[in-house]
Amino acid sequence: MAQHVLDKLQARFGNVILATHNNLGNETALIEATRLREIALFLRDDKEMVFNMPIDCTAVDWFNKREVRFEVVYHIYSTTHKQRLRLKIDVSENDCSCPSLTLVWPGMNWHEREVWDMYGIRFIGHPNLKRVLLYEEFQGHPLRKDYPLTKRQPLMEMRNVPEVPTQIAPPPSVLNQP
Amino acid sequence: MNDENLLQSEVLVSRREHAESWLRETIERLAQKGINWGRANSLFMYPFVTACCGMEFMSVSGPRYDIARFGAEFPRFSPRQADLLWVVGTISQKQAPILKRVWEQMCEPKWAIAFGACASTGGFYDNYTTVQGADQVIPIDVYIPGCPPRPEQVLDGLRLLQNKIFQEKGRVMA
Repeated sequence: MAQHVLDKLQARFGNVILATHNNLGNETALIEATRLREIALFLRDDKEMVFNMPIDCTAVDWFNKREVRFEVVYHIYSTTHKQRLRLKIDVSENDCSCPSLTLVWPGMNWHEREVWDMYGIRFIGHPNLKRVLLYEEFQGHPLRKDYPLTKRQPLMEMRNVPEVPTQIAPPPSVLNQP
Repeated sequence: MNDENLLQSEVLVSRREHAESWLRETIERLAQKGINWGRANSLFMYPFVTACCGMEFMSVSGPRYDIARFGAEFPRFSPRQADLLWVVGTISQKQAPILKRVWEQMCEPKWAIAFGACASTGGFYDNYTTVQGADQVIPIDVYIPGCPPRPEQVLDGLRLLQNKIFQEKGRVMA
């Protein structure tokens, strides 16, 4: 579908595009983080690209599976040319930051906040980078693979409820009440 | 006054006291019965809807299953005017203080029903964000299981609560 987009990206930016693939018709470009914003602006403004719609921003935690732990994934769409594109940026655990695309597509604002909330990846240049779903008191980032699955951080003191609540025998007939 | 007369007057006093206490108890019993009847059959409900069970709640309160038949006619959208809190849906950790606050704004006497698996036990959300049952936040009277529960189950749960209200004692002047 959009192979020519990948070709054009490679022709224009060369080594900045680390890899591309077209698996199952999903055009994907692996991009060096330093020039991400420049590429995004090109994709948005070039007449043959016009990727004017931000679809999603998410991340992958390759905990213990890859050398570079995180991967930020941007999905964008062109309503003019009806084509989609995925941009991937490797993010190391030590650095844990990625350039923000909120200034390119304002719709990325909350998506990037969610990625910060869930994975703890900082977006450089984001205008309002704070938690979007969880509460400010929450410690850590729950979608990281090393976050304990059932570790809860309640905001208030919970009532003490026994495992099995006291059983009250049902009334003789619910249908014939006094 | 001789001994016999004295004895007779004591008997009279004791009989009088007995009659008075009998009268008081009877009136209290009848009043309790009447008040319970009124409370059970005019539950003003506050739906605290947080998730998909809300659809089923709408179905129950709509004309087909018509919860109004049992007196729970009117959803009030202020907890201060309600006496039955429906916890409908998943309660997240962020939502828990809000639920508690809503519950504390309601006037006595008040009851609460956990509607659906999530409100009763946390459902299948055994993770960092979900409270494992609304009873960890507020006291719950009736738990309705199901994901979501059938309207018949909900009506049965309401009848159970009504029966509980009918059996209540000592909450006359609560």
